[in-house]
Amino acid sequence: MSAAAVSNGLPFRRWLTLSVAGFVAFFAIWWLIAASGLVQRQFLPTPPEVIEKFVALTQSPFVGYTLQQHLASSFGRFASGFGLAVLIGVPLGLLMGWFRWLDAIVTPLFDALRFVAPIAWVPFAALWFGTGIGGPMLIIFSGAFPPCVINAYRGAKFVEPRFIEAAQTLGASHFRMITEVLLPASIPSIVAGLRISAGLGWQSLVGAELIVASSGIGYLLVKGQANISTSIVMSGMIAIGIVGFAIDALLRVLERRINARRGIAG
Amino acid sequence: MTPSQARRPTAWVGVLTFLVLAATWYALTTLTHTISPGRFPAPGETWDALRQIAITGYADARLHEHILHSVKLVLLGFAAATLVGVPLGLAMGASRAFEAFINPSFLLIRPIPPLAWIPLAIVWLGLGDAAKVLIIWFAAFVPAVINSYSGVRAIEPHLLEAARTLGVPRTMFVREVLIPGALPMIFTGLRLSLQACWTTLVAGELIGAIAGLGHVLYQASLDIFPAMIVVGMAAVAVTGAAMTALLGAVERRAMPWRAR
Repeated sequence: MSAAAVSNGLPFRRWLTLSVAGFVAFFAIWWLIAASGLVQRQFLPTPPEVIEKFVALTQSPFVGYTLQQHLASSFGRFASGFGLAVLIGVPLGLLMGWFRWLDAIVTPLFDALRFVAPIAWVPFAALWFGTGIGGPMLIIFSGAFPPCVINAYRGAKFVEPRFIEAAQTLGASHFRMITEVLLPASIPSIVAGLRISAGLGWQSLVGAELIVASSGIGYLLVKGQANISTSIVMSGMIAIGIVGFAIDALLRVLERRINARRGIAG
Repeated sequence: MTPSQARRPTAWVGVLTFLVLAATWYALTTLTHTISPGRFPAPGETWDALRQIAITGYADARLHEHILHSVKLVLLGFAAATLVGVPLGLAMGASRAFEAFINPSFLLIRPIPPLAWIPLAIVWLGLGDAAKVLIIWFAAFVPAVINSYSGVRAIEPHLLEAARTLGVPRTMFVREVLIPGALPMIFTGLRLSLQACWTTLVAGELIGAIAGLGHVLYQASLDIFPAMIVVGMAAVAVTGAAMTALLGAVERRAMPWRAR
């Protein structure tokens, strides 16, 4: 290994061989440790056992629901918390980017609240809204809200001054300034914020469901843990990973589309 | 316009906002009882709760003991993850072959959020400190690797070429080119992961623990003690902010050439 290795690309064949080898190694090591008897099966099942459990969970209900039903109720909570964060956060960020006085009022509050970890809202979430949809929603909201505000705000702050001046010269109202100048100009920044926000929201959801919920994928994990069933816990983790990955991939496609369109238009 | 001139009126508005907010809090709870004490505490109750936990203790320990317990676990997990993650990331950045081999495992683990490791850690290690350290390790490991890796990839190619042309030996290359070049990104990663660690620990302690700030929150919500919940949340926020500030200070020390 030398400096040359950093700047040189790898031939595709070699890359593929190494990647496949790495992939196989991951499962082989896992399998070997599980099969060796070093760790009890209950604590470390083999990969096929986990897959078997995963399939079984999609067919027969565990703690009341099948895996898909748990995922559906998790996703409903996620969508409502994330949606609320976007609906409030993005307009607030844009308004803060336009009205200085609002910026001066909200920013210190926001900075103070930002350091409260979303998960620390759990006790109040349970106390105020219960464990159905309201409690988890508050926690997802508190995770997903900051990136929405920050990115909309930054987007609005970095709009080219000549656009604003042009609009002002033409006598645009505050409302039109925000909806027709600031919003379109900050779309790339907002969409980048949505991706961060969705990621944090999904994480917060998992945390919320571990503590305050009576259904959902996080609840499935906790119950798997209570039954000391590692294969159920691992199946749940896989499902969480897949959904999280899918949400991110979806938003990435959206981001790329929007940026590509802007690239052509601008 | 100098920055101080620009900032002064804003700072005043900020202070005023907090004053108005404090007054509203007082008015809604103590004065008019619009918000019932079972939902949100009055300022006086919160002060009493703070005194109680600081002096006589709550949930089996006093406030500073809970804070120290949580901070100790975070720093342990964080240090372990940094020690493993940063060298791994540097190696992945420096060698394409190594990257190709390790990346698949990484892609499999990465989409799983740190909080989702909590139940597994509890099954494996129980409710004690070891499980918490493992969870924090997972929370800090992925960002440490990714940022060290991107840090190496962000080093300007002509620096690498210069080192190669001059025939720099390997250890010197790592020490003088690779690490300093990747350091800004490494620190960005550490800062992000420290916050993730803190959140993760609080969640872990909420789910099952015998001490720590998350345990305080858990106990307070069991006791339906809103004033203590507020104290716990504030302690989480202040401690988190303090640790981030501390890491910022370390960052400035480690990279004097970037100091502003």
